Amino acid sequence: MTDFLLELRSEEIPARMQAGARADLEKLFRKQLDAAGLKAGDITVWSTPRRLALIARDLPLATEAVSEETKGPKTSAPEQALEGFLRKTGLTKDQLTQRDGVWFAVTEKPGRATKDVLAEAIPAIIRAFPWPKSQRWGAASLSTESLRWVRPLSGIVAILGEDLVECEISGVKSGYATRGHRFHCPGEITIGSASDYAEKLRACHVIVDHVEREAMVREKAKAAAEAAGLVLVEDEGLVIENAGLTEWPVPLLGRFDEAFLDVPPEVIQLTARVNQKYFICRDSAGKLANAFVCTANIEAKDGGAAIVDGNRKVLAARLSDARFFWEQDKKKPLAEQAQKLSRITFHEKLGTVAQRHERFVSLVDDLQGQLSASVPAAKQAASILKSDLVTEMVGEFPELQGLMGGYYAEAEGLPLNVAEAVRDHYKPAGQADAVPSEGPSIVTALIDKVDALVGFFGADLKPTGSKDPFALRRAALGSIRLITENNLRLSLGQLFNAAAQLYRNQSIAVENASEDLLAFFADRLKVQQREAGVRHDLIDAVFALGGEDDLVRLLARVHALQAFVGTEDGTNLLAGYKRAANILKKEGFAANPNAGSEGEGVVPPTGEEDPLALVDDPALEGVAAQFAHPECNYAREPAEQALVDALNSAEPQAAGAVAAEDFTAAMAALASLRAPIDAFFDQVTVNDADANKRSSRLALLDRFRAAVHKVADFSRIEG
Amino acid sequence: MADTDKAPLSLQDMILRLHAFWSEQGCLILQPYDMRMGAGTFHTATTLRALGPEPWNAAFVQPCRRPTDGRYGENPNRLQHYYQYQVILKPSPENLQELYLQSLVEIGIDPLVHDIRFVEDDWESPTLGAWGLGWEVWCDGMEVTQFTYFQQMGGFDCKPVAGELTYGLERLAMYIQGVDNVYDLKFNNHGVSYGDVFLENEKQMSKWNFEVADTDSLFEGFRRAEEECKRSLDAGVPIAAYEQAIEASHLFNLLQARGVISVQERASYMGRVRDLARGSCEAYMEKNADQWAAKYPEWSK
Repeated sequence: MTDFLLELRSEEIPARMQAGARADLEKLFRKQLDAAGLKAGDITVWSTPRRLALIARDLPLATEAVSEETKGPKTSAPEQALEGFLRKTGLTKDQLTQRDGVWFAVTEKPGRATKDVLAEAIPAIIRAFPWPKSQRWGAASLSTESLRWVRPLSGIVAILGEDLVECEISGVKSGYATRGHRFHCPGEITIGSASDYAEKLRACHVIVDHVEREAMVREKAKAAAEAAGLVLVEDEGLVIENAGLTEWPVPLLGRFDEAFLDVPPEVIQLTARVNQKYFICRDSAGKLANAFVCTANIEAKDGGAAIVDGNRKVLAARLSDARFFWEQDKKKPLAEQAQKLSRITFHEKLGTVAQRHERFVSLVDDLQGQLSASVPAAKQAASILKSDLVTEMVGEFPELQGLMGGYYAEAEGLPLNVAEAVRDHYKPAGQADAVPSEGPSIVTALIDKVDALVGFFGADLKPTGSKDPFALRRAALGSIRLITENNLRLSLGQLFNAAAQLYRNQSIAVENASEDLLAFFADRLKVQQREAGVRHDLIDAVFALGGEDDLVRLLARVHALQAFVGTEDGTNLLAGYKRAANILKKEGFAANPNAGSEGEGVVPPTGEEDPLALVDDPALEGVAAQFAHPECNYAREPAEQALVDALNSAEPQAAGAVAAEDFTAAMAALASLRAPIDAFFDQVTVNDADANKRSSRLALLDRFRAAVHKVADFSRIEG
Repeated sequence: MADTDKAPLSLQDMILRLHAFWSEQGCLILQPYDMRMGAGTFHTATTLRALGPEPWNAAFVQPCRRPTDGRYGENPNRLQHYYQYQVILKPSPENLQELYLQSLVEIGIDPLVHDIRFVEDDWESPTLGAWGLGWEVWCDGMEVTQFTYFQQMGGFDCKPVAGELTYGLERLAMYIQGVDNVYDLKFNNHGVSYGDVFLENEKQMSKWNFEVADTDSLFEGFRRAEEECKRSLDAGVPIAAYEQAIEASHLFNLLQARGVISVQERASYMGRVRDLARGSCEAYMEKNADQWAAKYPEWSK
């Protein structure tokens, strides 16, 4: 047993690719071991910007010998068959063995030296390496077949125990020599074995273990901030990136001119983070401080003074650009900026962003009737919602859209709720993001999403499979959360129709896609509610009733239904419902049109229907039912009569409760049917020899089914 | 030799040091291309010479024009006219990074005092049909050089790959001289500043780029360059055709600065420039392919 060290050195590997490269190196190495029948103990992989390293512990020195048996022809087979088998195996007849009347060739495969296996494995791993982007280089690249690597490959160290594993790829030969830190120790270092590798590199200013470097960045950046009396804004992404850019990380704190703090803090943070990979700091009161922490790759001769000063200047130049944008943008009110939006295309089929503003304002009017929001503020915000898209700042930092609009609105003195409605209209940005809860912000957030959904669906640009280029799933989910978390009572169908009409008023061809959109919302709702523990089949059971596009009311009904089906009454009623439905289906019973069931076998209206049955006054339903289910001409059995009585009382109760949106009471009305339906099935024979009785009883079951359907389509409920 | 003890280099001395260094490495020291262009990469010594198998090592200063970056001389960092120092080495030598770092030491940057970093930055020029992998080189957080291994040019694989270094001369000089405003740079050691040479130029040219340039003749110029490029291709003179592609590219940049090209039209103009550049590269390849293939059998595979 011995340890193996592999180091693949190259010119600087992009920080973002290093984690993937480590995983790929381990995976490819294991694959090679498996193919050779070798087993290793622990495998460790490390990376720096200039090297990938792997250490495999406890490798055997050779693979095990194996004997392979090949089945030949039967001993009774003709001579030619045997000759063919001998030719194939290269053996003579006396080298074969026979068993059960069949010839077998046995070949002994001796074990291979692990060193030899590795010498072949290393070039194979390098060739198969799946870099996200790779390149050719040097004289060999005269051919496009030359080796590809993330950047030029410069060296290979491969040592098994203390022996060199000799291999070569594209002119790079394996050896004992590696290189230390690019500037501190530019010469060669000789590695003896896996056991002295990390320590020899450390002595040459290279921390090869990325986890250790990450800890250094994390802790020293924090300490640098603390030493200045500040608190570091922790950022694990920056920790990993800086560890991936350095072999010897040295976090250093610098200061920038306090005057830059006039610029919104998000702008400063973004500039520092994205462009310069700096951490930022807060003071003890939690306010952004005029300090940054950069991570150098050297232990500078002057303690880092020149580095800090250089970085300060770069940040100052960037912040002065940002401040210039901030000052320039503030000179123009957002309403004036909005005029430029007529030059910005929203989508080639859906007009300009300026046209969106027009629609937004009208949509606020359309929502006015349905929402008790503060309309004037929402309307004002709607007319400048996207103005920040043409500001210099958002041109430079697109991720600040919305946020900057809010800042500019505030800066020009617009009311705070208008500024907030502009700022928050992209919310919620993701599942973790909060939903606006103030009236004007709710409205702007909703109209932005609905306008996009209606436009893209109407232009037949719906999401397909995993493709959702306009983020419509997120928009639908955001709309659902805005509506349900704020208890907004509105008809989605009406809203979609109104939004589509606004496009058409601008002569933009948008089909009416309300049906598709409602189904799309239903799907999103099911996904979203699953996390809240709401059963998707219950959502279906309510959606299937049709005509329900008020999400708040829909969910209230679903919640009551879920509570009900969880009770003993609910379970039994569902069982009774299914039994009734099965019998009706088996008997091919056509649903009574007057019962209002939308199930199978609806009889088309003939014009002869009892007019009273169409009266929808719940108080008269009982009377209507009398006509729909006329007195029978035989003496009902007690359980049969009990069910009729129960229905006579439950039907109006349930209908009244649904109308009053008291879904718990509607469920209670259904629960009152449970005992009678159970007793009916126990004591009454539906399939009576008397055709009269039989059809009357089937009609009664149909009436029961219809009564249940007024509350939810129980056929959609699972279990 | 690091000159940290001595006075920092003037802009022109920095250029002379770079010339001396790269000349020693076997590079031809060329002069700027005598046409208006947006980047040193447009120089035929880079674009056309990156094609084909012949070794090619050259270094030169190229004045660059970016009309939309003009700030009337009022911004301390942005210019509509500035200098790039270009080095192109084909095939890319094994020690290209080391050579580059030595050149920084030559102009006075000590890598044990300043933090030099190679940060991923892949390069792509859609108008040239070109891309490569490489880095932007940071010095104390400032991007001072674009370092690229060309993979394709004019839509053709680079066989072999060339290494391209593009130093931002004003930025480097500002850094070395510790100056915050480009116009305060010492151009030489005899009292002439960058502002003395270029400030008035920036004011006037910004005004011309943004306000004065006659858009009708720019449009007309673009159309003519396009036509001339096609004629030259038909006549079998691809270098002349390529010059017209450079011309069209710059006229397009001027039209952009004048704000007369809409977002939608922009893509179409870029496509037209790309077609000219690619067509020229293609014709250049075709014209030379036979002699290259004869000399480098491996290349034609």
